[in-house]
Amino acid sequence: MLTFKLNGQEVSVDAPDDASLLSIQTDDLHLAGQKYGCGLSQCGACTVMLDGDAVRSCQTKAQAAVGRSVTTLEGLRENGAPSRLQQAFIDEQAAQCGYCGSGMIMTAQALLDRNPTPSESDVRAALNGNLCRCGTHNRIVRAVLRAAEEA
Amino acid sequence: MTVNLSIGRRAFLTGSAGFLAVSFLMPSDLFAQTADAPELPGDLADHPMLSAWIKINADQTVTLMIGKVELGQGSVTAVAQVCAEELVVDFGRIKVIAGDTRLSPDEGTTAGSQSMPNCAPAVQQAAAEIRQILRNLAAEKLGVAADGLTMADGTISAGDKSVTYWDLVADLQLEVEATGTAPLLPIAEHKIIGKNVQRIDIPAKMTGVPIFVQEMAPEGVRYGAVARPPTYKAVLTGVDLASIEAMPGVEKVVRNGSFLGVIAARQEQAWAAANALSAAAQWDVVSDLPGHDGMAEWLKTTASEEKEWLNTIAADAPAAASTHEAEYYRPYHMHGSIGPSAAIAQMGEDGTMTVWTHSQSVWATAAAIEMLLGLEEGKVHAIHTEGSGCYGHNMADDAAADACLLAREMPGTPIKLQYTRAGEHQWEPYGSAMVNKVSANLDANGDIIGWEHHVYSTPHGTRPGGNAGRLLSGRYVDPPFPMPEIKDGGPPNFSSTRNGLANYVFPGEKVVTHFVKDMPLRVSSTRGLGAYANVMAIEQFIDELAVKAGADPLEYRLRYLKDDRMRDVLTRCADAFGWGTFEKKRNTGRGIAIARYKNYAAMTAVAVEVQVTPRNGLVRVLRAVAANDSGHMVNPNGISNQIEGGLIQSLSWTLKEEVKFDASRVLSTDWASYPILTFGEVPPVELVLIDRPGEPYLGTGESAQGPTGAAVANAIADAIGVRMRRVPFTPDRVKAAIEGA
Repeated sequence: MLTFKLNGQEVSVDAPDDASLLSIQTDDLHLAGQKYGCGLSQCGACTVMLDGDAVRSCQTKAQAAVGRSVTTLEGLRENGAPSRLQQAFIDEQAAQCGYCGSGMIMTAQALLDRNPTPSESDVRAALNGNLCRCGTHNRIVRAVLRAAEEA
Repeated sequence: MTVNLSIGRRAFLTGSAGFLAVSFLMPSDLFAQTADAPELPGDLADHPMLSAWIKINADQTVTLMIGKVELGQGSVTAVAQVCAEELVVDFGRIKVIAGDTRLSPDEGTTAGSQSMPNCAPAVQQAAAEIRQILRNLAAEKLGVAADGLTMADGTISAGDKSVTYWDLVADLQLEVEATGTAPLLPIAEHKIIGKNVQRIDIPAKMTGVPIFVQEMAPEGVRYGAVARPPTYKAVLTGVDLASIEAMPGVEKVVRNGSFLGVIAARQEQAWAAANALSAAAQWDVVSDLPGHDGMAEWLKTTASEEKEWLNTIAADAPAAASTHEAEYYRPYHMHGSIGPSAAIAQMGEDGTMTVWTHSQSVWATAAAIEMLLGLEEGKVHAIHTEGSGCYGHNMADDAAADACLLAREMPGTPIKLQYTRAGEHQWEPYGSAMVNKVSANLDANGDIIGWEHHVYSTPHGTRPGGNAGRLLSGRYVDPPFPMPEIKDGGPPNFSSTRNGLANYVFPGEKVVTHFVKDMPLRVSSTRGLGAYANVMAIEQFIDELAVKAGADPLEYRLRYLKDDRMRDVLTRCADAFGWGTFEKKRNTGRGIAIARYKNYAAMTAVAVEVQVTPRNGLVRVLRAVAANDSGHMVNPNGISNQIEGGLIQSLSWTLKEEVKFDASRVLSTDWASYPILTFGEVPPVELVLIDRPGEPYLGTGESAQGPTGAAVANAIADAIGVRMRRVPFTPDRVKAAIEGA
């Protein structure tokens, strides 16, 4: 049994020892935020925060989360409403298909937690390992900068 | 924590209706069909019943049913805007059911930038007809003339008397055909069309509310995976299933001819078992592919169907003072969805196979799956559920078919299947490789006397189309389904030759297609089909001619561009870019290009500034400007998102992408072996959107692809005097070209 804190609440999951953090979030906890994209840490669609660090949940063993704190896209909501960063993505319409959006938001939140006033190049550098196929990059950068400005 | 454990979204949507279909005698002139009845717009002609499109619900909502689906292009929101506008209700009242084979009108495939041209006008007219019916009902109820009524958000008023749509539901009969005579609202009165209404699907996607099929997890779900052969033409000769059945979590191993699949308790267990299954199986392998480096030569030398589409070159055309010719090549490109394709299928007790799929063609794919499974017509119920952006025919339909093949083996259990990254990269149907040869006869001033364009291509359209032979696993089951013959598309849309005819007016023009039916790699519709390569060839070649003539490429184009709207798009792009005041610095250059998509749809011009580093051949795009005319704009923000997105995706194709393969298999298996553009490489993009109120909706999604690639090639030539004619323009290729110049 794996026990850790998920979005502020303690959860216990009965899963195989070699299960990835991504798989217990999708197959056991039925969370929607993080997505499977490549399973190789190449695209960032599965990004969640582990004790505040942005990590690729596809290449992180669930065992690594034991006794620690995991935050997913759902966990950013504030009283059920979109967080400032999530709202900035909505206001900037920073999505086409939106499949990469969860990983973008989690990576950007980890950046903003460390650097509340990032420059545009800081944002691009932080997101450089997150792939977007629709070509929404510039809107995503604007959304992150907007959230920082509104903070 | 909000967790949605069921596929409940559709049930919620459909269950919200308080629709009452009570017979009511309408004034006969409302639906009288006369011999000279106006033609119904868009897909309304195929589905004239108003009830097929719109329901007015007693709970003060409106259900809009459409056959076009959301692929990330935003058109469902734009169509809902049109509906709300013409029905005169607040946008928030519209609930959309898109692409459900049992609830929505069959509008065919969501592709080809056709949603706005075909779906939006149908919905607009249907809504206008219903508005007229409601108005007449209200006039009768209030005892006033229909002319004196005002309408606002579902309330119809005459002085201090009013009645609402929701009051009228019980008397509303929409089981009538559209007449085509109900007038549309004057454009001056539009309050929703033309506004940047926020996309209805984005809040869920940004906050973790399940909306993608990849996120759905119905009660009791099991996970599927498919073990593909090592190569396309491999045949399974033997396999030990017992060792796989003993693996952790495995509940079932399925063999059907050369098709191998597994069902397991967890997705990772299913993938692991499928990998083990592939490794344990023995295959007969055929190695007969030309390889990525041999592909251009293969296209030019393989037997093809030759078709001359246009020849206006006069027999007595003046003699040429000089000639110029060039050959261009585009490799296979991937759709490259960030989320590999997925589906959920469940075999019901009544014999209905229900499949939740992100297919672009739910009806035709349902029919293909019926053929694959040997089910009667109508037994597959396909429900469109969003997936990752597809940009054309990716593996959505294959995933639906594979989920059904597995679900049949475990009736009652929902089977969820998502391909692995390698599974999608290696097996998706790519955008076809193409060769373009262009030549021109020129007079003494460098002006064009005659223009000749030869297009070499394998097919661009292998969508399921109701045939199991076009589903990937259809090739491998026993007995296998043969691939039906594939034809090249002709006018007006074309497929290989889409945009093969120039948008310019030349004294003489000849266009010939060499259509190669054989497919070394699996191919199908990819954003723009042949338009990307054809526009690249035309817009590079005319640039080469301008340079040869010593002319400004913008001025040279305007000599032959006669269409006023296109001229406007081109000059406004150039103005926004600062074409006339551009100061060329060492190793930087400017490039411009334009096309009217399909020669009749949206017009897009793109200008870019690039910087080339001669030491290593690296091309950086410093900035890009695009101008677009998509007709009457319903949602400008949606159009800007599509143009900028298409431009950036085309930069990625042009600078970085090529599917690599050897004699037997695809070697591009992940994002390292098939890299795409990253944040650090994306330039700032400035957009000029030209609104044409009252003109038809032209669609937008595919129009930036060709002009972008050509603009980059032209800018590289301007920067360093070297013409790149083979996509992608990787550093090694650019460096080699510089050294060879």
